[in-house]
Amino acid sequence: MMIPDDLLYTESHEWIKREGDNVRVGITDHAQSELTDIVYVELPKVDRQVNAKEAIAVVESVKTASDIYAPVKGTVIETNKALEADPGLINREPYGQGWIFVLKIDNADELKGFKDAEAYKKQIS
Amino acid sequence: MSLRNTRLSLAWRVGEVAQKKTPLYHEHVRLRAKIVPFAGWLMPVQYTSIVEEHQAVRNNVGIFDISHMGQFIVEGPDAREWLNTILTNNVDKLDAGVGQYTFLLNDRGGIIDDLIIYRTAKEQFLLVVNAARLEEDFAWLQNHKAGHASGSPLNESAMADLPDRENRKRNACATIINRSANFGGVAIQGPRIAELFHALFGADSDLPTRNSIADFPFEGTTLAVARTGYTGEDGIEVFFPATDAVKFWNVVLEKGEPMGIKPCGLGARDTLRLEMCYPLNGSDLSPERNPIEAGLGFFVDLTKPNFIGRDVLVNTKNSGPREKLVAFRMKEKGPPPRPHYAVFRDAERIGEVTSGTLSPSLNWGIGMAYVSSAHAKIGTEIEIEIRGQKLAATVEKKPLYRKPVS
Repeated sequence: MMIPDDLLYTESHEWIKREGDNVRVGITDHAQSELTDIVYVELPKVDRQVNAKEAIAVVESVKTASDIYAPVKGTVIETNKALEADPGLINREPYGQGWIFVLKIDNADELKGFKDAEAYKKQIS
Repeated sequence: MSLRNTRLSLAWRVGEVAQKKTPLYHEHVRLRAKIVPFAGWLMPVQYTSIVEEHQAVRNNVGIFDISHMGQFIVEGPDAREWLNTILTNNVDKLDAGVGQYTFLLNDRGGIIDDLIIYRTAKEQFLLVVNAARLEEDFAWLQNHKAGHASGSPLNESAMADLPDRENRKRNACATIINRSANFGGVAIQGPRIAELFHALFGADSDLPTRNSIADFPFEGTTLAVARTGYTGEDGIEVFFPATDAVKFWNVVLEKGEPMGIKPCGLGARDTLRLEMCYPLNGSDLSPERNPIEAGLGFFVDLTKPNFIGRDVLVNTKNSGPREKLVAFRMKEKGPPPRPHYAVFRDAERIGEVTSGTLSPSLNWGIGMAYVSSAHAKIGTEIEIEIRGQKLAATVEKKPLYRKPVS
């Protein structure tokens, strides 16, 4: 199971990549492998103000619909439109082309509470 | 990420009861299946991918563990006559070696279970029932057996001499054996079944005809092979003592390998059956629904003078059901429908989805729903409410998937 060292992780299996004042968010390799066969992704609207732990996207596999949470408070500035035509990108490249949204974050201190790769690995093992 | 609604919520909450393992459990683990609790059992939901397993069954062949399903043997001189008062379909139509789909109803005509009954000998029947309903079915059969006063003159004179005549007569009618704990089963389904059958049982063996069941020798033991299934593909279901399960499973996988066989889990079983509009008990069928509402009147013989639930079904048939189980297809590509989503027409709520998924064969959202009968006609435009949005769908003819003519 891939768990890149340069990302942060949530309890609820989102990964977070710091990009200056923004974070890019997706779901982990473990999460996509649990869901498998992702068939539909509902993206948040750009410019939407979101709170930490707010459900802002939905990823649907053949058998389940799962909420994806904003890890921190902020504003949605970009969403991955490619997922609308090809939701399977999340299965194939969970940390790459399968990213879901980018948030401009209000307070970078909020990122301190998340897990590093080591801690996330422990969570799922 | 957190699960919003689980398709496997239809997996019958089982509380604190320990989950049972089928005789094939360790094979599933060895094949790295994802294991989930289902109806009190630890079952494989998928091995690699629901879509891949689904396609294997549509295009080649797949094998499913169905050992969790219940197996009852009912036998005795009165078994046939008694079963005909308990089940909706007509057991009299079965010659030895033939099976039929049928219902076990409560006094209100509601569905306790849907099952297949095979007449395995003149006075012997095999009932294959849903895992989630096994105990309830068995208790229902036991309770109604005791109360069954046989009208048959069978052994009447001989019994007249016995002191406890009434009791004797009751016990004479039929015995019910629950052999579920000692038996397993697999379904082998897909267009390459004939090829695989001959590889398993010999080129000279004939596949049983549709709905028939027959015994076949297999490496020193005997397996019962039925030409039945729950996928819409040609296929067989095989029943055997639990001790033969692992050996048979592995031989099927080995002989099926050149045919592209895949082990398939409950996930693919569900998408395959839903494309065919085969109902799933607990989702599409329940004790509050009767077979007429479910559109399954074909498996109810109202010409039989008497069976439990008959009066209610006659009334439903005469007055027309208030709601009907319809198949539908989404009009646009989008989120797949799921159980419990509301169904609307002209802003009026007309029903609820009972099964829904993204059809792997059609790559499109499909489902079944109970809707008020006024809106149940094929071609009716309806809307499915998905996370606050009403998305257009059309009531379709069953089945939702038809094999392309090749």
